[in-house]
Order: sequence, then structure tokens, then C-alpha cells
Amino acid sequence: MNGIHDMGGMHGFGRIPRPPDEPVFHAPWERRAFGLALALEALGLWSEDAFRSAIERIPPVEYLRQPYYERWVVAVVDLLQRSGAVTAAELEGGRPVRPAGTTPAAVPPGRVPALVASRAGSRRDVVVAPRFRTGQSVRARNLHPSGHTRLPRYARGRLGTVERDHGVWILPDTNAEGRGENPQHVYSVRFAARELWGPAGSARDAVYVDLWEDHLEPA
Amino acid sequence: MPSDPTLRVKALESLLVEKGLVDRATVDALIDTYEHRVGPRNGARVVARAWADPEYRRRLLADADRAIAELGYGGMQGEHMVVVENTPRVHNLVVCTLCSCYPWPVLGLPPVWYKSAAYRSRAVIDPRGVLREFGVDLPDDVEVRVWDSTAEVRYLVLPERPARTEEWTEQQLAAIVTRDSMVGVARSPAPAGGRSA
Repeated sequence: MNGIHDMGGMHGFGRIPRPPDEPVFHAPWERRAFGLALALEALGLWSEDAFRSAIERIPPVEYLRQPYYERWVVAVVDLLQRSGAVTAAELEGGRPVRPAGTTPAAVPPGRVPALVASRAGSRRDVVVAPRFRTGQSVRARNLHPSGHTRLPRYARGRLGTVERDHGVWILPDTNAEGRGENPQHVYSVRFAARELWGPAGSARDAVYVDLWEDHLEPA
Repeated sequence: MPSDPTLRVKALESLLVEKGLVDRATVDALIDTYEHRVGPRNGARVVARAWADPEYRRRLLADADRAIAELGYGGMQGEHMVVVENTPRVHNLVVCTLCSCYPWPVLGLPPVWYKSAAYRSRAVIDPRGVLREFGVDLPDDVEVRVWDSTAEVRYLVLPERPARTEEWTEQQLAAIVTRDSMVGVARSPAPAGGRSA
């Protein structure tokens, strides 16, 4: 979606905030929000792609106002309701209405080390013939889907070169919306800064964007 | 639910625990892992090993997952990692314009600046301006490569080994590798006695 999250190339956000001696978490609630989101995602009620999509659905004004982990809380509350694990009435009242046992059982603490070390990810060990090869010129398609996509606005319609084939991965654009995994090759595509930004870009520099086959067409 | 984040998260956690969806000890363990156990010291060990051992450096650049796993690192938010090497001619900078993707197993959780709208918006269109803000003024003949982590690939920058560290042990080298240099907003750290960029 053409949301506020797709920030690459925007102007006006000013200097980069760099607090000295920054802690990992800035408040106790951030700690809990982080741990809760991870513990919930491990239940398998939603994918990480769906989680990102939920963050992207936060209206732009709120997105910019909310601290980072508050967005996580908003997304989790959204997904809990969408998945049916928690009802609006339960969130409102703060107490369970439906009997326990109708939702998946909590992930036990003993599973945390395995969870943290998991290399499962969203790579798929399937053989799919690549549509593009390293060194090939490609154009990022001019797509504007209203749902989740990993094709940033600044790259759309731009000409690049395939630099590396990352193998076969789930397509988040469909997976986030429950429209299937669509495993396909992901490529690192090099875009010259001038191609993306015109004369504002340096003649020497480049941006590498990881894109799926569905995002690309032969140039 | 209350709008104040503290009260809101507290209420949410209580509800989820009561519903049996979450175990508080699991939340505690996840927090402890990323607050105390996984952080940029992991990445610093990877970089130091690559500086000290040319054969390891070769393996790291060819297959980062396997080479990083040799040191015992890998996992969530780093299922597939790629290491990009700085040279006198090339400087690499990592960003996630769409959210906050970052190689957790080697760097831990991202700092505020990495997640900020200012960094996410500017890193791709004005990387040299961003670098100047971090105190790095690159000559025109150095190529800047910006890596936008739009997929599940996580990037780690291998900074240049500082001069006059030939006699250093791997442990000494690891001690001077900064988080910022592994994201690419700092160049190679200066050896002890100098200023760390």
C-alpha cells in the first residue's frame, strides 16, 4: 500500500535522532510489548508478513505520532481480533469472555531458545526456475497494490541490474493477505542513484533493493 | 483499553495470560535474550575473525550464514544474512526504508536512529548527507552502496581493518568494532588511542 511506512526518498523529517547511551528498551512497557509480540507470533495465528501489514494499516498521522513499540501493540491488538483469538468485548473489559482452551496454548518458556535460534524463516526449499539471471537488466514494475508489498515506491518503474539471486522465498505481498505463499526467486537489484533520483543522485552511488520476481519485468 | 502505553500493555498482557495465550515467563525470556544476550558484540566477533583470518573472511563473504554459524550465531531475524565489505573504493550503508529490518543475531535490536523516519527516508536519497551527519565525510571517488532490506535478507557491513593493528589479537580487534561501523554509518574504527568513529 502507498502508506506512510514507505518512506524511502521522502523529505522533511529533519535530522536523525541519536540519543547518547541509548538503552535497548526505553521504558518497561516497551520491553513487555516486544516480548508479547514475539510470544504471540510464535503461536502461528498470523505470519510476520501479516504483522507488518497490520503496522502499515495504521493511519499515517497516528503512525508518525506513535513510538515504535506502540505500533507493535496496535498491530497485535488488530491481529488478535482478526484471528478471532480475542474479541473486542474482551479487550474492552480486560477479562476473558470465552472459556479458556478455545485458543492455542501459550508458548512455554522452554521453547524460547529454539525459537530464537530458529532458521526456518520464509525461505522455501523448492526448485523454481529463475526468471532472471545475474547481470540482467530489469525494470521494477509500476505496481500500486492497496495491500502489503515489498516493492518500495521509489523503485517502481526504475531500471536496474540483477546483482545476486537470493534463492526462493515466500512472496509477502500475497502471504500477508492470506492469498498463498507463491514461492519465487528474490534478487538483489542494483539501481543507480541517478536512475532513482535524477540529478540529485550521485553519479557514482547506487541503491540495492531486494525484489521478488513478481516485482520485476525484463528491461 | 487505556491509551497510555504503560497501562495498555499491562491490561493486554493480563488478558492474554488469563486467556492462556501467553506465558509471562516466555515473555521474560524473550526480553532477556535480546536485552542481555544478543547484541553487537556478536557481530564484532565476526568482523574481528574476518580481519584476523583471511580464509574466514573469504567464507564470510561467500556464505555469511555458514560462516556466522561457525561462531555460534544465527536465528530469528537473521535466517539469511549477507555480508558486504567496505574497501578504500566502496562504502556500504544498510537501511530498511519500509520498517526496521536489522540482523538481530549479530547486532541485536536496532537503535532508535535506525528506526527513525529521518534515517529511513534519507538513507536512500541522500546517503552522503546522512553519513556526514554521523561524522563520515566520504571523498567523491568512493562509491556508496545503500542496501535497502526490503526482503528477509539481513545485511552486515564488514568495515575496513584499521591501520597499525597488524599485531593485534582477535580479541583486541573485536573490542574496537562498533555497532555503527557494522551498519555502515561509521567507517573503520580508529585503533586504541585514536578516536573511535
